[in-house]
Amino acid sequence: MKKWISLVAVLVLMMNVLPLNGAFAAQEEVNVYNWEDYMNPEVFKIFEQETGIHVNEMFFTTNEEMMISLRVTPGAYDLVFPSDYCVERMISEGLITEINFDSVPNFSNIEPWMINPDYDPENKYSVPFMWGTVGILYDTTKVDDPVDSWGILWNEKYADEIIMLDSIRDTMGVTLKYLGYSMNTRDRLELKAASDKLIEQKPLVKAYYVDETKDEMVAGNGALALMWSGDALYAMEKNENLAYAVPKEGSNVWVDPMVIPATAKNKENAEKLINFLCRPDIAQMNCEYIWYSSPNTAAIELMGEDYTENPTINPTQDIIDRCEFFHDIPDQYLTVYNLFWGRVKDAK
Amino acid sequence: MTDFRVPAWGYWIMGVGLAAFIVMLVMYIRRNRGFKRPLFASPYVLWLVVFTVIPCLLVAYFSFTDYQGNFTLDNFKDFWDSNYTARKAMDPEEMKMYEEMGLTLEDLGLERGTININTLVFSLWMAFLCTVICLLLGYPAAHIMANRDFKLGPTLVVLFIVPMWMNFLLRTVAMMTLLEDNGVINSLLEAVGIGRQKLLNNVAAVQVGMVYNFLPFMVFPIYNVLNKMDYKLSEAAMDLGCDKWHTFYKVTLPLSLPGVVSGITMVFMPAVTTFYISRLLGGGKVQLFGDLIEAKFLSTSLREWNVGSALSLIMMILILISLGLLRKVDPEGEGGGMV
Repeated sequence: MKKWISLVAVLVLMMNVLPLNGAFAAQEEVNVYNWEDYMNPEVFKIFEQETGIHVNEMFFTTNEEMMISLRVTPGAYDLVFPSDYCVERMISEGLITEINFDSVPNFSNIEPWMINPDYDPENKYSVPFMWGTVGILYDTTKVDDPVDSWGILWNEKYADEIIMLDSIRDTMGVTLKYLGYSMNTRDRLELKAASDKLIEQKPLVKAYYVDETKDEMVAGNGALALMWSGDALYAMEKNENLAYAVPKEGSNVWVDPMVIPATAKNKENAEKLINFLCRPDIAQMNCEYIWYSSPNTAAIELMGEDYTENPTINPTQDIIDRCEFFHDIPDQYLTVYNLFWGRVKDAK
Repeated sequence: MTDFRVPAWGYWIMGVGLAAFIVMLVMYIRRNRGFKRPLFASPYVLWLVVFTVIPCLLVAYFSFTDYQGNFTLDNFKDFWDSNYTARKAMDPEEMKMYEEMGLTLEDLGLERGTININTLVFSLWMAFLCTVICLLLGYPAAHIMANRDFKLGPTLVVLFIVPMWMNFLLRTVAMMTLLEDNGVINSLLEAVGIGRQKLLNNVAAVQVGMVYNFLPFMVFPIYNVLNKMDYKLSEAAMDLGCDKWHTFYKVTLPLSLPGVVSGITMVFMPAVTTFYISRLLGGGKVQLFGDLIEAKFLSTSLREWNVGSALSLIMMILILISLGLLRKVDPEGEGGGMV
């Protein structure tokens, strides 16, 4: 009996390995490479029903992992969701191709200020999918000062209640902003000043977290935390004492665009999918599932006050204007960032 | 711009390493004049080659090359001077500009950096402390569990083993919830009237986590040796007039030394290379050598991989040396912990 079971098990396993492409050759498909849990699962079902194109989903956890995978397995992906600053590097390395905007008529739904962004100045390669800001998530029961400046993260009153991001670009970036510099600076002296400022702050810092921050804040284990707007919304939903603010010195505004790899095998299907994801009702479904800011004007109209009256998800144009996109930093300058961040991590 | 391919001579080095390994294997088989036993070992040997030997060769390859694949020793210089790579990457014209502004290397943050060495020394110190604490806690525990008159001994052994069925990361995250500001221990302390303490996100929390995770590796080798020990020996010592303390000191302790040595090895090795425990319990504020290497490999800048490899290689060599020293104490490998 055991033998038979194992024989069947082996056969089943082999079925997956054997090339059965012949049977599915007629099936149209599109290979999507995305962040985990970054798409309403219903969306792809509707897409398959409407177009008959089968969507294969694959996931990555960091931009670096995604870039390496794109380089070593050409042709594996047709649609990728990198972070904005990666797009710049992907263009310069020739990893992605121009999108045929004639087959993406729904691009007209995209907010005007997001067209021709810094990372893709002529808007040939990318279509925005979601966006957000970096700001301060704070506990209103513990913080009685107004949260309108990054300076509050250096306030000794909140010693041991401040959670920073264990992420070079974000933490260095907001410190640079606080000091009045650009978050894309390559100037050593400015970076050193930011590093010194962070070393000065270290005794007040409770912890440098990334994924743990939102849970710690929900549990009431901190007063102030540097946070992305999406994670902040998640935390605010679980704990009503939490609030989110983007300081007046300005911050980072990030976009996760959709791009098509240069080696894509199903480019036309990928364009159909991009167009589909820009359709107002679909963009609304995704926005309400992921709960990040939507770049889709028509979808925002559909969502109404739930969206427009929420300052965290829908910051005013004034705040957006004070924010900066992250640019790709070339390797020799990244070494400088690493060096100064290393000093912060090493400081006792 | 960035080339991911290993250059031809990289494959040559790996090929030669592999060939040497196969030659050694064949020699071993021939010397033992039998094919049966080594043949059974061959799946394991394949495993070893694919997942241990080749990765080690890759680490060695990366640590002797720069990001373009050219031979260099700079990565090791970076160990001595953690700002070396950054200083070398600097544009000469930019440097000239700063010099004309009258700025020194210190002003630019490019003086000799001691982060790598200091972190290694700190890691060694933490590992040393961890080993000492584990020994002080583990030896008495093993001694009690191995005692023939102690009926609960086997139960205690099981209790030591059961937590190890769970992944160490989960156990460490569980430690976090225990030590938190609003955690279990703090609630208890408050109820008792002592008041809340800052238990998490400091060096002590990291040390507690390390001891908690590595204690079984100290207890079991000692327990094994003590358990197998011929109890007639201590009975004989007692009969000949030794008191309890002298029996322990003259008979039990010397006989259990192999277990102690292998316990020390098995705790010290993972303790030196600890990472992640320090991040979870130290809140990213305590940095061990393992964290430093991890950061190098997770960096967006591909130049850091080579430096990270050099740091790993230095660590591997240090561990090999300490293993070699310990092997002198326990040449038979009786404790069972020797590789």
